[in-house]
Amino acid sequence: MGSRHFNVRTLPGFGFIALLTFFLLYLPICMLVFYAFNSGDSIVQWEGFSLRWFEVALKNDAVQEAAGRSILIAVIAATVATICATMAALATTRVKPYPGLVFKYAVINQPLMVPEIVTAVALLIVFSKIKVWTGYSGLTYLILAHTAFCIPFAYLPIRARLESMDSGLEVAAGDLYATPWKTFRLITLPLLRPGIIAGFMLAFVISLDDVVITEFVKSGGQETLPTYMLGQLRRSITPEVNAIATVFLAFSVLLVTAFFFSSRKKT
Amino acid sequence: MTTKTDVTNNELPPYRKREALNRWIISLPALSIIMLAAIGPILIMLLYSFMVKGDYGGVKLWEFSFDGWINVFFQRDIFDETLGLADAHLTIFWRSLKLSILTTLAALAFGLPTAYFIATRPKHTREIWVFLITIPFWANLLIRTFAIQEVIRNEGIINNTLLAIGIIDSPIQMLYTDGAILFGMVYVYLPLMVLPLYASIEKLDFRLVEAGYDLYATRLKVLRRIILPMIKPGMIAGCILVFIPSLGAYVTPRLLGGGKNMMLGNLIESQFGAGRNWPLGSAISITLMLLVMFALIFYVRNATRSGANHG
Repeated sequence: MGSRHFNVRTLPGFGFIALLTFFLLYLPICMLVFYAFNSGDSIVQWEGFSLRWFEVALKNDAVQEAAGRSILIAVIAATVATICATMAALATTRVKPYPGLVFKYAVINQPLMVPEIVTAVALLIVFSKIKVWTGYSGLTYLILAHTAFCIPFAYLPIRARLESMDSGLEVAAGDLYATPWKTFRLITLPLLRPGIIAGFMLAFVISLDDVVITEFVKSGGQETLPTYMLGQLRRSITPEVNAIATVFLAFSVLLVTAFFFSSRKKT
Repeated sequence: MTTKTDVTNNELPPYRKREALNRWIISLPALSIIMLAAIGPILIMLLYSFMVKGDYGGVKLWEFSFDGWINVFFQRDIFDETLGLADAHLTIFWRSLKLSILTTLAALAFGLPTAYFIATRPKHTREIWVFLITIPFWANLLIRTFAIQEVIRNEGIINNTLLAIGIIDSPIQMLYTDGAILFGMVYVYLPLMVLPLYASIEKLDFRLVEAGYDLYATRLKVLRRIILPMIKPGMIAGCILVFIPSLGAYVTPRLLGGGKNMMLGNLIESQFGAGRNWPLGSAISITLMLLVMFALIFYVRNATRSGANHG
């Protein structure tokens, strides 16, 4: 028959479904961005191009405050999580199995294995009690909660990097009478840097995006950008939400793109 | 993995030669933060699930009762105190399970061809396709769900297009239905299906596929007998990665299902909010956690088995 010339790698219909999937994946996001530029009050009725809603969003004090708080929490949580994850990775990678190693893996990966809503209500129970006892209801609770679920995300790339690293250089440094600290600072840390940067970026984005845990842990007046948007979605929606979402989206995409191209150059 | 560690640990750098104590000290910050802000609170919640509910939320500390757990599946009749099945909860359990399974299957139906398509692109463009799949994933979950909400609402693009073409006369109510939740969950979790599938299809040895064709196998037979068995680990990983967050979903059903079509995540929230039944909320949370654990154990058992098969 005429079917002798086919490419063994293609399957009929697969290409079509794949392109349809990409189309469906991007259509809603494109619509959302599109209506952020609407001059009218509606998120579905196009009335003309304008940057009006971006101006409204940027001048909105609540948005500014929420965005600032989101970034503050994400920077602190990602930094602490990355430091903790690096230390934990050093203790759990390139080692002979030792008692407690499996326990450590289980604890570090626990936030990945439990649904967020479960952790969220558990934190609500405990933190609401502590808030009453101590009278303190600052940002520390949110930062602590974010740090905890950021640790496994920071840990993954750091551990992967460490596992692929050759310990020869470190052994050589030791042979040349470098102190352990000096070996770590001058050899291990520079070699580990790509993993640490990847871990930090991952943790940062995860913290910035969090809705569920933040929604349950936050005290009054501690809106982050995602929880602020969630609140807005319950009310009548204007393209202002689209504008906020568009800026947020652009920020995440830029971050990931920058990371993608920087990591591609090295390998 | 084991072979790698075996090779390196003969010549550990000096700063790691110290005894296990050091390893505990440097892993302590990570362990204690997770204990403090995740595992500890969940254990306390387990305790709460066995306490008597407080009148205005919270619990009566150290007054124990099984009511929280009994109320997960049963309800007491207000008049004669007999136990009957809690239909409302069972409906929600069933909806969560059903929608999670359907989400997983739909994600597989779209994800497999997509992953296959990406894996069979020329090497230099492959990375770009993978990147295109991951970009929406890095966008905030809330924003993506909101985007779906906009598309399927009564005045949204789908209804408007259908009205314009003349297929329908009045908008179809899509928002606030189970179908909307399903569509939304497939949309937000699809990358989790595509990525592990892509990883295993990329490793596929196409000489075996060619051999199948040479032996007069049809395309369907090659797919069923050669390709699918070889990418099974990726399929299982993808299914688990989609199923688990679907089961515990909270934001997507809340925005797309509205108040009527709750899933487990929303049921839990309602017990800590308007329901003021913390022991019940805690018990449902623990149940949800156990369901997820079962799924994970199933995965680990399957992964180790297929890992053993492939050498």
